Amino acid sequence: MSRLTLFTFQILVAVITLVLWYLLTSVPVSGGKPLFPPFFFSNPVDVIERIIKWFADGTIWRHLWITLSEATLAFVIGAVGGILVGFWFARQPRVAAVFDPYVKMINALPRIVLAPIFTLWFGLGIWSKVALGVTLVFFIVFFNVYQGIKEVSPTVLANARMLGMNERQLMRHVYWPSALSWVFSSLHTSVGFAVVGAVVGEYLGSAAGLDYLILQAEGTFDIAGVFAGMFVLAAFVIVIDGVVTLVERRLLVWRPTAADTRT
Amino acid sequence: MADEVAEAEAAARANVAPAVVLSDVTIAFHLVGGSTYTAVEQASLTVADGEFVSIVGPTGCGKSTLLNVAAGLLAPSAGTAEIFGKPLAGLNRQSGYLFQAEALFPWKTAIDNVAIALETGGVGRQEAHARAQEWLTRVGLGAFGGRYPHMLSGGQRKRVGLAQVLIRDPKILLMDEPFGPLDAQTRQIMGNLLLDLWNADRKAVMFVTHDLEEAIALSDRVVIMSAGPAARIIGDWRVPLSRPRDISEVRLEKAFHELHREICHVLKDEVLKGYAQTGGG
Ligand SMILES: Nc1ncnc2c1ncn2[C@@H]1O[C@H](COP(=O)(O)OP(=O)(O)O)[C@@H](O)[C@H]1O
Ligand SMILES: [Mg+2]
Repeated sequence: MSRLTLFTFQILVAVITLVLWYLLTSVPVSGGKPLFPPFFFSNPVDVIERIIKWFADGTIWRHLWITLSEATLAFVIGAVGGILVGFWFARQPRVAAVFDPYVKMINALPRIVLAPIFTLWFGLGIWSKVALGVTLVFFIVFFNVYQGIKEVSPTVLANARMLGMNERQLMRHVYWPSALSWVFSSLHTSVGFAVVGAVVGEYLGSAAGLDYLILQAEGTFDIAGVFAGMFVLAAFVIVIDGVVTLVERRLLVWRPTAADTRT
Repeated sequence: MADEVAEAEAAARANVAPAVVLSDVTIAFHLVGGSTYTAVEQASLTVADGEFVSIVGPTGCGKSTLLNVAAGLLAPSAGTAEIFGKPLAGLNRQSGYLFQAEALFPWKTAIDNVAIALETGGVGRQEAHARAQEWLTRVGLGAFGGRYPHMLSGGQRKRVGLAQVLIRDPKILLMDEPFGPLDAQTRQIMGNLLLDLWNADRKAVMFVTHDLEEAIALSDRVVIMSAGPAARIIGDWRVPLSRPRDISEVRLEKAFHELHREICHVLKDEVLKGYAQTGGG
């Protein structure tokens, strides 16, 4: 399939869905009512109008910005922490062995149960959401760094030593690139989790953010608002994922199949 | 005065000392179950400075293991390794090692892979790159410096590996089946390239191969190992062929054939034994 036909079909799916949605929620059938009551399903025209209104009057920007900052902060803090601890554990097997059961325990904990505690500790502002995101991102990055260092080919390592690398040079030219490649190949997952942390955190209690918008609409049975919020959120995630793909392509040029090996 | 004499004597000794002396080297591996597997038993081998020695043996007999001992990557369970007259402790800093498996840094381009071999020793980035470019040209890859290893063919990767090792100008060159995975044509080209480079500046070479013809064509001496476990060195032949050689022409000489037949005879029994013991693995 050529790019153009593929794109055409993709657009077609969206158009058909929207048209079906519209017909099912606005064309009256038996008893003068549509098959899907608009009260529960809204309808595409209202939703699009709502989205346009949000962007036109500018209310959406603040919420987008809040969610984006929460996700970004969660990602950066979680990634830096994961890299540091990952390196430390991988280079100090004894430390890793001591902490191993606790790492597994914390990682096995469904992070959602931490949300109320974080709200208690950090309040309703962005930091409780950041904290939730950090607990998710940290472990993904940590496991990948750890694995990346452990899985360095023994031959490459022996070669590096035969070429006269000292410990510092090994870090910089062997362990670090290997660990980083693992981190980058899990970038989609970790960035996704940063967003999940922010969104779930907002859903459980917040004063601003994309999910706060959805939550508010829900509270007033404003279904158009809920759907509009969902679409904006989905578009937001797709844009972020696109950015990640670009970054990944630039940084993993040395990998034979960067696109196929990501998890 | 006495110091000077002692120094001169030490220098003289260093000059005559062979590049590598392995004496009664035994290597045993501890296996998971608690048992041990003796890969090589009481192997003794001397490689003079500037001498090209090939080590031939059935697969799994312990050729790589023996090279690892000479490189200082593996301490022998018994016996000693001496490099230029000094007992080897830790890595063998005077050697360059071309590994059997892929050993290039996959995240570095070809030229960076070669340049890093100098940069580790404190050579500045610019100079290292200039010299790496020279070496890439010398191995016929002048235009391929910007490629990552996965964008190169197997033979090209081996050539980058060769440049990476030789740029450090090691006194001893350890090569583990460097042309193993290559096709016959490429092997010959690589063999001649290696001989050219070696002729320019004769280093001591330990060259591991399972290809007897290649071993005879390249070397001054051919050493044969028996099948494992407890592989030993069972034969040591001097190659009566003149240098410089072209490895495809040298195969037509009578002396080549005679030596080949002689060694083959010994080797065949060992290969059969090896198959029986390792299941052909
Ligand atoms: N780390 C190890 N642990 C246990 N056995 C090993 C190890 N390395 C090599 N061996 C065994 O030692 C023998 C010699 O291996 P090697 O030197 O790689 O053979 P080759 O002659 O093919 O290079 C083989 O039987 C192999 O299974
Ligand atoms: Mg081997």
